[in-house]
Amino acid sequence: MAATDYAIEFRDISKSFGSVAANKNINLNLKKGEILALLGENGSGKTTLMNMLSGIYTPDSGSIFVDGKKVVISSPDDAGKLGIGMVHQHFKLIEKFTAADNIWIGKKGSGLVLKKDRYKQIEQIASKFGFELDPYKVVANMSVSEKQTLEIIKVLCYGAKVIILDEPTAVLTVQETKKLFDVCRKMKESGHSIIIITHKLNEVMEISDRVAVLRKGEYIDTVESATTSELKLTELMVGRKVDLKIERAVMEKTKPLLEVRDLSVNSDEGSLAVDNMSFYIRGGEILGVAGIAGSGQKELCEAITGLRKVNSGKIVHKGVNLVGKSAKKISAAGIAMSFIPEDRLGMGLAPSLSVSDNIILKDYSDTKGIFVDRKKAKQEATDIVKMLEIATPSIETPVRRLSGGNVQKVLLGREIKANPNVLITAYPVRGLDINSSYMIYNILNEQKKKGVGILFIGEDLDVMLALCDKIMVMCHGKLQGVVHADRTTKEQIGLMMTGAISLAEVGGKKAGIAKDSAFTEEEWEEATDMSEGSNET
Amino acid sequence: MIEVLTLFLFNIVIYSIPLLYATCGEIIVEKSGSLNLGVEGTMAVGAVFGFLAGCRADSLPVALLVSFAASALVGAIFCIFTISLQANQNVTGLTITTIGVAVYFFVGNGLGANWPVYRDCTRLVAGVSDLNIPLLSKIPVIGKAFFSHNILVYLAVIIAVLVWVYFEKTSFGLRLRAIGENPGAADSLGVNIVLYKYLHIMAGSGIMGIGGLYMGLNMGGTFEGSNCWINGYGWIAIALVIFANWSTMHAILGTFVFGFFNTLRIYNMPLATTFPKTMGWLSSVPAQVFSALPFIVTLLVLVISSIKSRKSGRSNAPTAIGVNYYREDR
Repeated sequence: MAATDYAIEFRDISKSFGSVAANKNINLNLKKGEILALLGENGSGKTTLMNMLSGIYTPDSGSIFVDGKKVVISSPDDAGKLGIGMVHQHFKLIEKFTAADNIWIGKKGSGLVLKKDRYKQIEQIASKFGFELDPYKVVANMSVSEKQTLEIIKVLCYGAKVIILDEPTAVLTVQETKKLFDVCRKMKESGHSIIIITHKLNEVMEISDRVAVLRKGEYIDTVESATTSELKLTELMVGRKVDLKIERAVMEKTKPLLEVRDLSVNSDEGSLAVDNMSFYIRGGEILGVAGIAGSGQKELCEAITGLRKVNSGKIVHKGVNLVGKSAKKISAAGIAMSFIPEDRLGMGLAPSLSVSDNIILKDYSDTKGIFVDRKKAKQEATDIVKMLEIATPSIETPVRRLSGGNVQKVLLGREIKANPNVLITAYPVRGLDINSSYMIYNILNEQKKKGVGILFIGEDLDVMLALCDKIMVMCHGKLQGVVHADRTTKEQIGLMMTGAISLAEVGGKKAGIAKDSAFTEEEWEEATDMSEGSNET
Repeated sequence: MIEVLTLFLFNIVIYSIPLLYATCGEIIVEKSGSLNLGVEGTMAVGAVFGFLAGCRADSLPVALLVSFAASALVGAIFCIFTISLQANQNVTGLTITTIGVAVYFFVGNGLGANWPVYRDCTRLVAGVSDLNIPLLSKIPVIGKAFFSHNILVYLAVIIAVLVWVYFEKTSFGLRLRAIGENPGAADSLGVNIVLYKYLHIMAGSGIMGIGGLYMGLNMGGTFEGSNCWINGYGWIAIALVIFANWSTMHAILGTFVFGFFNTLRIYNMPLATTFPKTMGWLSSVPAQVFSALPFIVTLLVLVISSIKSRKSGRSNAPTAIGVNYYREDR
């Protein structure tokens, strides 16, 4: 066996989920004792690739070499035996257990009796790697950073030589990140090889020796961190601009329809998901929202539509503060939302109900009496099916039997039916082919021409540049700035998305504040009191 | 007077013990992260096969072994469906209850009564005699009530204690709890989830079977009538798991509470006549109320304990309960 410089080599690795190819012929290697950053947008296949290395998934084709030897990794146990440990983005810890017990579970030959000295043993192992650990502390009482440290100790304990960190800094503060990087450098010195999955460019430049870039499931290139630049990496990550022939109608500007000021919203986990954001939408314009997935888009949508509690800030629609109002009232005011989640069927539609039932799902309270108005429902469903050219055998077909594009059209159709004046649409073309996507763009453009203000949360920057009038960029719940789609570049947006540049404040002027606001500054101040009053009701 | 009190307490124990078996069995199953609603059926199958085999061999050990094995097999079926084939746990559990009770009637009522060996079963029932624990059984009132029972009663308490020790003090117990809390975490540390789940669910189901056998022996082993021996106890056990907050030590106490209400059903009249001053009012309560009491109490207990655990946020319920684990899930 020839000695090799590589700890890990991927050769022609492919993996598909159903018809979606998550990884296509990936060739990638990791040198011994280096820190390799794995860079790519969401959905570029980074985590999938790493999950194959850690035995969660098995590749469809291709092979993995560890220390020059071809291996088959069919379980996390196999990966552990090969010295590969992964710290997952969602920690694999048992909340009710102590730190020591979380590690002890995997100890081989630990005997039948659970002895008290396991706490000492774990503490000693941790200190051997240079960590301070309270073995008695229960995970549920730990901070995010402590949990992460515990995960790292766990993989080190089991003899990992190759450590994979999946977006480790996503949940950390700046100080915690700094501490983590110190740990990484220390691990590197002691001969460990590290792969860090991330999409934050500044961190990539700071910590990594080399950077490997994936885009849309394909391997693009590996470059030396020392000789590259953030601009170069962004280009590799987002690709060159593709010219899409999407129509962008120019409409006459109206006054702001929806104004959001200093909005802060929490995520499900209780951390700040939307951080002091201000922006506004005019009638007849499409405002795109660009950002890496999980930057607060979902929480923003839910806050505007009244589905999520607002910490602070104002959402003013046609001169009325919506904060504290119920979702039903907000919807009645003409704000509609269609949100396509990752599994595409999870939100907004009942998969087993028919097309017509889904279309009237939101009207339940408008009908009089206890019976559903079938005739009206049928009429409306037929109209929408015709208008949006939804391909369905009949309006009585369960939604789950339709193809993805048609399902999304049903959802959009239902929201448009109510004649909204503000339409919030998140990932409307998720998982759709080109033709279905264009249909959706046309629908949105028609709404725009009718004077509707559209908030378009998207993934594909090329599409957003072609379709939207303005694009606001979010990064970790913060507004990075609002740019005109015809006066910006993909690279600029890419850099804003990763937090490398911020146009949130240019020349002392805060972005996202309308000059011709419906309120004067004094009235905005008063609105604060108003929102507090309405919160009580 | 004293005799009635002793008998009352004695009977509470008798009614508690099958619940203790079933509850311990279900706690083991649930700690592995599976919710098996088939307790009733699992107990019925263990009861009928254990009983008939015991009659045939005229031996309690054989009855015990067969009831354990028959119910463990039912547990294996649950595993095959929910672990290997990823079927819905609730549906599988309910099916097991339906089929298990049907098997009981088919084998017991249909075949058992016609088997020649069946006629000899009185010997097995009589053979399970009460053991007087030296010294302790001499204590007035309590001695006769608690320390003069057959071996199956003591076995149930021993199992409850052992299961608790197993979960809290052994590495295997720790790993099983880990699976019930977060199978992904256990998996990433190389714990063989499938093996652990199979073994523990089968063992837990086997213990439920012994509970079923005990009920059969208590009924004198007659298959007559349209009631199954288990008579809803399996369902009460599922509620008791929650009441006991997933601890077999708590289950000892919890089952005793339920045994009390069950005994009241039978002993309300003797109590009323023996203590007319204090408990005379019991005789004026309709009998149906006493029959319904254990189930009403079950309902109340479930409501109260779920409100309590939600408020305190300190439920011992396994976090991953009822969710099938599939590694490649995204």
